[in-house]
Amino acid sequence: MLDSVLFYFFGGVAVLSAVLMVTRRNAMHSAVFLITTLMATAGIFLQLRAEFLFIAQIILYVGGIMVLFIFVIMLVRLDVALHHVRFRMQKMVAVLVALALGFEVLAILYAARRLPGQGLFISEITPPDKLPPNSEELAKSLFSAYLLPFEIASVLLLVAMVGAVVMAKSKKGAEEQ
Amino acid sequence: MNPTLEALLHFLATWWVELLWGVVIVAVVPLVAGYVVLVERKLMADMQARLGPMRVGPHGLLQPIADAVELLIKEDIIPDNADQLIFWLAPVISMVAALTSMGAIAFGPTLQVARDINIGILFVAGVSSLGLLGIVLGGWASNSHYSIIGAMRSTAQLVSYETAAGLAMVSALLLSGTLSIRAIVDAQRQSGVWFVFLAPMAFFIYLVASIAETNRAPFDLPEAESELVAGYMTEYSGFRWSLYFLGEYANMIVVASVATTLFLGGWLRPFPNVTWLSWLEYAPAVLMALAGGYSIYRAGKQPVAVQTGFMWAVALACFAVAVLFAVPRFVAPLNFVLPGLNGAFWFLLKVSAYLYVFMWLRFTLPRYRFDQLMHLGWYILIPLAIVNVVAVGVAMLLENAGWNRWVGLMVTTAFTLGTALYLVHLQDKRNARASSAKTDVLPGNSYAG
Amino acid sequence: MMSPAHYLFLSLALFLIGCIGVTTRRNVIVVLMSIELILNAVNINLVMFSRVFGDVAGQVFALFIIADAAAEAAVGLGIIIAFFRNRETVLADEMDLLKW
Repeated sequence: MLDSVLFYFFGGVAVLSAVLMVTRRNAMHSAVFLITTLMATAGIFLQLRAEFLFIAQIILYVGGIMVLFIFVIMLVRLDVALHHVRFRMQKMVAVLVALALGFEVLAILYAARRLPGQGLFISEITPPDKLPPNSEELAKSLFSAYLLPFEIASVLLLVAMVGAVVMAKSKKGAEEQ
Repeated sequence: MNPTLEALLHFLATWWVELLWGVVIVAVVPLVAGYVVLVERKLMADMQARLGPMRVGPHGLLQPIADAVELLIKEDIIPDNADQLIFWLAPVISMVAALTSMGAIAFGPTLQVARDINIGILFVAGVSSLGLLGIVLGGWASNSHYSIIGAMRSTAQLVSYETAAGLAMVSALLLSGTLSIRAIVDAQRQSGVWFVFLAPMAFFIYLVASIAETNRAPFDLPEAESELVAGYMTEYSGFRWSLYFLGEYANMIVVASVATTLFLGGWLRPFPNVTWLSWLEYAPAVLMALAGGYSIYRAGKQPVAVQTGFMWAVALACFAVAVLFAVPRFVAPLNFVLPGLNGAFWFLLKVSAYLYVFMWLRFTLPRYRFDQLMHLGWYILIPLAIVNVVAVGVAMLLENAGWNRWVGLMVTTAFTLGTALYLVHLQDKRNARASSAKTDVLPGNSYAG
Repeated sequence: MMSPAHYLFLSLALFLIGCIGVTTRRNVIVVLMSIELILNAVNINLVMFSRVFGDVAGQVFALFIIADAAAEAAVGLGIIIAFFRNRETVLADEMDLLKW
């Protein structure tokens, strides 16, 4: 019962904040609503007993990426431009395409439900109190089976850091170098 | 019965202690933070050879109440063109982050809101880092120059020192092998010494980084009054400002609690495993009784009768607390409260000591300039923290290979200390080069350098 | 845990809202934020299946997606800042230098 209350709460907040995020005219408001969406997603992770991912989402996504986004929105702050739209049906087409995609996925889910031996039911799921400690499991897996992706991810982050610094450096700074 | 109602009652029956703790934290911590402000002002006065707040209540004890009332009845001024939603939201984020992270801290072996979550320390560190969002959004939403510059500086400072603090925490976590708070303190009990003796460099890195994390002097450039009015808090007045302010002091308490848990042994008494020191178990009661005795001694020296009465009241309070600590030891049915009570005493003592060091540094050291601050964070503390993590890791490997734990850790601590001295030496050389370069550029200027 | 269908619907809803955001908004920064929303929807799916099958690989994959999203956001925002410095705009409509 607690599980379903938590799921509906976090899921509702996530969907509501996502809708608010894509409809705000002010980019800073969109960023704030994305923060609430990300925290609701972290809540879903916690409800799925993925504790490390919950706190990783909060530290990395909300505490890192969103602060980056907020800084950039502050930097490129323009007055809201004049609303001269070229293709007026864009929103309508976008929503229709998204709904079409949604119907496709729902059709697949509906068909999967009826296949024998497969589908959307869970065979046996570990009860929450018998789960192994999440951080230890993740760490064991990360440093043994998935060590190569781990190292590649660290190189990727290094490359991204260097690239972002180079890209965002002003020309004056580059000349002084 | 209605199944929803039944489920709700079952939920309340299972979790009522935690919910009560949550309410206690939200209600009590702002009050405690207010009194921490009073303690700071009294300490500041003492170190500056004056008396501090004395008017409001006996010895200024009602000063926080007066401040709170003043802030609550102030007019709520919102600047023109300020973003209404975010202006309202930012102090709330700051306060909520500080209070939520307090939920996972353990004050005693069983005194914890969140029932020993798997990721304890990481939860506290991660959620308290959300206060950054409160700062940057608040500074932006105020639509004022000082606020934005203060917010940018404050955010840059917090982000820089968060990495160093996290790496210092990792060094202590290497020694304990787990993220859960109770397990960390348990590891310190099993190893017999607090982790501050095993990894002293990590403790000092965390001390410096946590001072910068909470925007305290000497790292308080973003909110110093002579620099930027009040930085990101400039346009906030009344209750909103008090949310920021109390959030900052609550953050101080959180950071002190994390340092106590990781390095100073949490709720353990000094030397927890040494049996010939077990008379220290009686220390809480004895210390409080000594404090009461000292108050009685000072009561005789007071000039005014009111002050004498006040000191007698303080003495009585100390003796009452001493009795509170002593009674469960001798009354057998009450023995079960002993670990929690003693644990809470030691924990609060250590947190108070850490906060005392914070305040002491505030009154003693001059403020860092912002570029010096960033240089200290990125050029000195982060490399040092990385070297420290590697050093502690090497010490753990040596321990597995058969070395004595202390020998390995002493060797690696010496290496880290050497690195620290080398980095400071590099900084001195850089400063000397910069100042000599300045005098070369302006040869006729005799005031330079 | 609820049935997998619940989580699939939730992640589908977030994915579609993210897609609408990407195709509809003019501000490139909001487009990037919608992409982050799409990545989050995928993360919910991965973690849910990791719980169903008891395999921690789903959570490892989700962790890598979060790290990757951080890198991509940093580089993407760097590009936006560089473009803004040159053209003074962040609206997708006005980034038409390559248009014939």
